[in-house]
Amino acid sequence: MARAQNNSGRDPDTIFALSSGALPSAIAIVRISGPRARDALDHLAGAVPEVGCAALRTLRHDGEILDQAMLLWFAGPRTVTGEDVAEIHLHGSRAVVDACFAALQSLGLRMADPGEFTRRALFNGKMDLSAVEGLADLLAAETESQRRDAIRRQRGFIPQRLHEWRSRLTHVAAAIEAAIDYDGEEEVGGDPVYVIGGIRTLLREIERVLALAPAERLREGIRVAIIGPPNAGKSTLFNQLIGRDAAIVSDIAGTTRDVIECPIAIDGIPFLLVDTAGLRTTADPIEKIGVGKARDEAELADILVDLAADRDSERCVAVSAKADVTDARPGTLAVSVHKDTGIVQLQERLVEMAAAMIPLQGEVAFDRRYRQALAAVRNDLSVAVGTTDPLLVAEHIRLAIRELDRVLGGDGVEDMLDALFGRFCLGK
Amino acid sequence: MKFDVVVVGGGHAGCEAAAVAARLGASVALIAINAAAVGSMSCNPAIGGVGKGHLVREIDVFDGLIAAAADDAAIHYRMLNASKGAAVRGPRVQADRNLFRQSIQRRMKDFPTLKIVEGEVIELDFNGGKLSGVHLASGDVIAAKAVILATGTFLGGRLFRGKERFDGGRIGESGAHRLSQQLRSLSLPIRRLKTGTPPRLDGRTIDWSRAARQASDTEPWHMSADAPARRNTQLFCGITRTLPTTHEIIRAGFGDSPLFSGDIEGRGPRYCPSIEDKIRRFADRDSHQIFLEPETLNGCLIYPNGISTSLSADTQQAFIHSIPALEKAEIVVPGYAVEYDHIDPRILSRELGVRDVEGLFMAGQINGTTGYEEAAAQGLVAGLSAACRALDRPAPIFDRTSSYIGVLVDDLTLQGVTEPYRMLTSRAEHRLHLRADNAEARLRVTAVASGAISDAKAVAMERRALQRKRAAALAGNEDAGSEDIPRAIREEIETDRHYAPYVQRQRSEVARLRSDRTRLPVGFDFMSVGGLSSEMIERLSLARPDSVEQASRINGITPAALTALLVAARAVA
Repeated sequence: MARAQNNSGRDPDTIFALSSGALPSAIAIVRISGPRARDALDHLAGAVPEVGCAALRTLRHDGEILDQAMLLWFAGPRTVTGEDVAEIHLHGSRAVVDACFAALQSLGLRMADPGEFTRRALFNGKMDLSAVEGLADLLAAETESQRRDAIRRQRGFIPQRLHEWRSRLTHVAAAIEAAIDYDGEEEVGGDPVYVIGGIRTLLREIERVLALAPAERLREGIRVAIIGPPNAGKSTLFNQLIGRDAAIVSDIAGTTRDVIECPIAIDGIPFLLVDTAGLRTTADPIEKIGVGKARDEAELADILVDLAADRDSERCVAVSAKADVTDARPGTLAVSVHKDTGIVQLQERLVEMAAAMIPLQGEVAFDRRYRQALAAVRNDLSVAVGTTDPLLVAEHIRLAIRELDRVLGGDGVEDMLDALFGRFCLGK
Repeated sequence: MKFDVVVVGGGHAGCEAAAVAARLGASVALIAINAAAVGSMSCNPAIGGVGKGHLVREIDVFDGLIAAAADDAAIHYRMLNASKGAAVRGPRVQADRNLFRQSIQRRMKDFPTLKIVEGEVIELDFNGGKLSGVHLASGDVIAAKAVILATGTFLGGRLFRGKERFDGGRIGESGAHRLSQQLRSLSLPIRRLKTGTPPRLDGRTIDWSRAARQASDTEPWHMSADAPARRNTQLFCGITRTLPTTHEIIRAGFGDSPLFSGDIEGRGPRYCPSIEDKIRRFADRDSHQIFLEPETLNGCLIYPNGISTSLSADTQQAFIHSIPALEKAEIVVPGYAVEYDHIDPRILSRELGVRDVEGLFMAGQINGTTGYEEAAAQGLVAGLSAACRALDRPAPIFDRTSSYIGVLVDDLTLQGVTEPYRMLTSRAEHRLHLRADNAEARLRVTAVASGAISDAKAVAMERRALQRKRAAALAGNEDAGSEDIPRAIREEIETDRHYAPYVQRQRSEVARLRSDRTRLPVGFDFMSVGGLSSEMIERLSLARPDSVEQASRINGITPAALTALLVAARAVA
């Protein structure tokens, strides 16, 4: 059942959903409910309007303008859900709504489960119990619009792939469950080579998809963070790559204190270039915040341009930035902005790494919700292939299927039994 | 005659129910058409297996009959899944059917308050709308505070063999049609299911030299925790297989098959109970395995496991003779299919009582299950519940997180059945915890509190509990003086440790679910819940969940329906 029912002490998640009709439409209303609703508004709009008063604001996220939107703010508990509630009235295009959702997710909010707003309202005593008649209609309406919304999103993005994986996983599960529940009967298909081979293949495909940038990235650009110690030449390199002086450059270590972002295209691939504060221990409270943000960026980025690293790694290019002034570290890419050397090579390297993250023809990128589920599936399957106890293999496959069921719906046990009896001749 | 509990039927469900009610001190009458046949194994000679062995061990914790009788009668032991994880190891024995029946009957004689009555129950007796006992065909009325129906396949039973048709529950025994009609008139939802049995062979006419041999396990384990050392001679099982010619003969006999002619309306299972089903559904397979299982110590009667059939007697004879080792085998009794009535078990409470008929309980195949072990487990639950009701004490509730009995009862009463329900470990989401070897550790406290166990059993379990405690304290410490603790217990504790991280995670999930539990009062009217669709009302009314958490597990219940339910539940709370 829904997480919101677990209202015992712990702060509930802050949730959001499209509460208006199907897109595209003139206006799309995104409703947010929960303790972090205010922070989210504050972050996107820079200010929170008076309670109950509409205000027109420009929404920004990661330095980018999302939309001009009308905002409404209601402080709990005197709201429809009993929690803090915000409403964002956006222009009703799919891209705008997706971008807004992505922004809210990156702030730690999550999509509401079907009917979850209403459930929260119930739990917080916000529904008139005497007026219970007609409630289910209301619920059905909310659930239905969200379900339709979910289906629409799914159709665009992924479901076929997920369903196919789920079905294959179900077959692998059937093979191993048949071997367990019908021990002693011949040819029940629990052949460990078949089972482990099947999981390995799945695992490779899932890993390939997880190696792709998330779907949001295709809209926002592949995130490239330039990191390194103070005064290593990060901002100079940043300005060179974007082709203008967006970042302040000085010889004073610790000049860049905030995170600066700029979208660029190289060879037609969208990048979001991020300049960060130099990583060092500092007593300056403002610089400290900048350093903290830089570390977050390093976590978040798809590609790091690291001005301190000694060698390249999977998602990191090691660069010696001031090649005109100091000797380049061996094994790193020597770049000199002033002598205009190495920049082209760096751009080529970025394109090459980004290409591996962009879906090939026929592939789809998965957004965060699905990536989370898939990452959990990958973890369970990795454990499964690494264990010899067939029961634990089976257990991890079960967990993986349940993870997929959570985003796809479906009844794991019954489906598995169907696969099992459909495929193996069992029963004496 | 007046009793606390009347049990109708002397199969595995009936015997277990009567015995546990008697152990609780209730006065019990077990009514059977043929008293000499009480405790018979009506079908295959095996007891236990994967999932089923788990049930047997759980029943044993409650001092039940089936485990001990299986040990008394065992002529072949096999630990299934011995090479797989400990949680799914399934103990199984082949039992001599005479020794088994004798053991059950001997054990039942030990209960001073248990009386076996020979007779045929034709109707339930109602007094002023309340269930008050049963009518026998002899005209006698037996009064009872509670009645347990454990009639197996005898309710509306109809046998099929080729074009032959007989009424009855088993070959040579008549069925219970009036009772079936009465249940229908009480508007209990009655459906049809089918099952089948293979021809029985004369072991002396089998050429054993042409069959592979499977010897009994030499590891000295038992079905019951308190069993004495093995006494019976151990026999081997044979293995042979069908040939392409066998399949040709069977295909040629499809024309006479009641399965394919549509004569049998009851739904069969997804798994393959009959050889004709196997051959039709898996046409690409040119051979199927057959286990030749001895039914008796003298080896005269053989159960060929894997070729259950309702083809005509002639076809059976012909295809048997096409099988290696069986070329000259004589059929003692031909196989047949049986179609029978069962009730939709969703009308039952977690105590296996019919909610709308106070004092009426049901156990075994009448609830849509298949298998001795499933029947015995329900007998235990129904017997405990009925006796507790008569004696006015609370009955234990079995939970799916701590026992297979709980999984069985929960699945039956919440989801109903669409095919004869067989226990599988894959049905148990907590199976890493629900092992055959830790049944006692899981259920001892509940069993002792239920009052269903003898003092001797309680003492033995207490002793083993202390050994477990010591073994756990010493675990991981090889030479710490645990030699006097039985090896089985040391292994059990080792396995506990092996699965502990998984079990721990499942426990915390269970605890979270429990904290969310909003109870639905008994007799809650789902029609009164505002705005539920008629489909939701039907599903909920049939399953009658006792909490919102349980409702959430019913197939097809929507979040919207759950929410409406939750509101209504809070309103009445």
